[in-house]
Amino acid sequence: MMKPVIKVEQLGKRYRIGTRETYTSLRDVIAARFHAPFGHPDHGGAQETIWALRDVSFEVAAGEVIGIIGRNGAGKSTLLKILSRITRPTTGRVTLNGRVGSLLEVGTGFHSELTGRENIFLNGAILGMSKHEIEEKFDEIVAFAETEQFLDTPLKHYSSGMAVRLAFAVAAHLEPEILIIDEVLAVGDLAFQKKCLGKMGEVARAGRTILFVSHDLSAVNALCERSILLHEGAIVRRGPTPEVTAFYLDTANKLYSSITWSGVPHGESDEIVFRKSTVSQRGETTSAIDCREQFRISFEYENLKPIPNSRFFMLIRNARGEVVFTTSDYDALTADAIARRPGRFLSEVFVPAELLKTGSYYATIGADIKNQRIIFAENDVVQFEVYESGDDTLAERHKRPGLIAPVLEWHISQAD
Amino acid sequence: MNVNAGKTGEKIKAEVSPSHELVESVSSGQNVEASLAPEILIESKQSGFELGLPEIWRYRELLYFLTWRDVKLRYKQTALGVAWAIIQPLFAMLLFTMVFGRIARVPSDNIPYPFFAYAGLVPWTFFANTITNSSNSLVGSASLVTKVYFPRMIIPAAPVLAGLVDLAIALILLVPLFFYYGIWPSWHLFLLPVFVCLATLLSVGVGMLMAALNVKYRDVRYALPFLVQLWLFASPVIYPLSIVPRKWKWLLALNPMSGIIEGFRSSLVPRPFNWSIIAVSVVVTLFVLGASAYLFRRAEDSFADVI
Repeated sequence: MMKPVIKVEQLGKRYRIGTRETYTSLRDVIAARFHAPFGHPDHGGAQETIWALRDVSFEVAAGEVIGIIGRNGAGKSTLLKILSRITRPTTGRVTLNGRVGSLLEVGTGFHSELTGRENIFLNGAILGMSKHEIEEKFDEIVAFAETEQFLDTPLKHYSSGMAVRLAFAVAAHLEPEILIIDEVLAVGDLAFQKKCLGKMGEVARAGRTILFVSHDLSAVNALCERSILLHEGAIVRRGPTPEVTAFYLDTANKLYSSITWSGVPHGESDEIVFRKSTVSQRGETTSAIDCREQFRISFEYENLKPIPNSRFFMLIRNARGEVVFTTSDYDALTADAIARRPGRFLSEVFVPAELLKTGSYYATIGADIKNQRIIFAENDVVQFEVYESGDDTLAERHKRPGLIAPVLEWHISQAD
Repeated sequence: MNVNAGKTGEKIKAEVSPSHELVESVSSGQNVEASLAPEILIESKQSGFELGLPEIWRYRELLYFLTWRDVKLRYKQTALGVAWAIIQPLFAMLLFTMVFGRIARVPSDNIPYPFFAYAGLVPWTFFANTITNSSNSLVGSASLVTKVYFPRMIIPAAPVLAGLVDLAIALILLVPLFFYYGIWPSWHLFLLPVFVCLATLLSVGVGMLMAALNVKYRDVRYALPFLVQLWLFASPVIYPLSIVPRKWKWLLALNPMSGIIEGFRSSLVPRPFNWSIIAVSVVVTLFVLGASAYLFRRAEDSFADVI
């Protein structure tokens, strides 16, 4: 048996609630912490803590490609941050044999004032490539990004699509022994995503060890032989990817018809705090949706300040990660939808009967200001399963090609 | 990874065996390389204290690129560009000459006051600018700190190295000043790099400490300009060390910029070096650098969680 490339033993990570959101002011702590300005958080007194990761152990052999799945807050990102040496664990240890390259975000360190060429070198160096390595792969990177003619143009004149392609191109040419990839394929256009997935597959076949985190289960299925399912910071299932993803979909469906965020402002927005999100049908919270009747998805949130022109959106994905549709409460233009006063609100959306195909669905919710910025977005907050309750001829439509299976109005008349 | 025991594991193995062979053959070739790569251990606390210099050496190219970025971006979108590197000390010199040279008649060791002031302002401007840039560097690179691993010390070090370019440009103005005042440097000039080096080490030390503090306490941003101003008056930029009363000299010597500025001047003007002050400055600089590095290493683990 070869020595494992990654060996994770009883890993745990505890966060103080609130540490991510605020930095301290010297004034607040000077009296209490004067003797140890660099002391460890534990000495700070009784503060609420959460374990983002608990007792996680696994091993990865050379050349394995492992998928890590789980819903938001399951600890995936924390795990990757520890493996990438960005943060230290609270308990346990990790042994890595080989150089690690991590890709928690594409385009880290990109600077809009620098040209494409300069950014390739800077970003490559940040990701751990040597100057020599970058020079060697430079032409390949440029060709991959399809941005040859803009090489000496400052990045600020690039379209966002071009910038993303360039960022991917650099990232895709990273070749350490261990590659850690987080969700980065979620941006960019579909064709380019495919190209990147293809390149990752190539890297994997060349014997690199890859840890891959994604919400896109089809990508995990395509790339990874084995997977780990995290739930609330612990491993709940591991094994061949198809089994793990099936188990995930199965349990996710039972567990996640409703989510309540307690106390902690979620995400990193100081503008909106999400409170609760629920899927319900016939007035009851449920994750099993009868496709013959309409159902409701609701969000409770609090606007901390007026956010004029903000739009609340919801995006529904199917089990393969394909977007089925996106809807926004801005579509129902009311005075409230425009003013966005501070206070607590409830947004509800009704999905009509006989629209969705049977299967699992995930709702991503968020808020943005049109053409400006995303205020908040949270992947897969609620999940539900659509089933067919009838056994008439209509039941057959779920087997037809297409993302949805609406029952539409047809008119038939004699035409002579 | 531990595969679920039993049939499923075997079945999967059988299914993927062709590609598995490929993986085996490639990785056995690669193993040589992998075994050369260091084994990395990640634990809750650093085992013992390490300065991490070998690692910084491995990442020297990143330091180079970040420095290069800083140099490149420094004067982007400015009308006067690199001329700012000269304008800053030059205008300070004119101002000081008016106020302290002409009006207050501060003595200047028999060196023409403008020359005296400029020779002190060059290292001072370097120090003041680099510690300011350096202390804001970590907070300004939050996305790097939370997304990528590399020795964190590189971040505050880069703006200091980038400042050396400004320093070199500012030194150019000395040439016309030499001619104008008819001052001819002696062999002392060869010691100039020593004092540049000392100033760099001190800037890295102070900048690193401020940068680490700034991550946790944003008060640094407000306190620093004040500190820099205070430090200017506590350093022999405006006045020569020689007018400081003997009984206070030791206090001024503890300010490492004293020795650096005095040494800098003596490198340019043929006059004796004040070796005792310089020696104290060297010791204090090394102490500041060592203490900062120690505190920085202890604090850096929490950067990603706090920044």
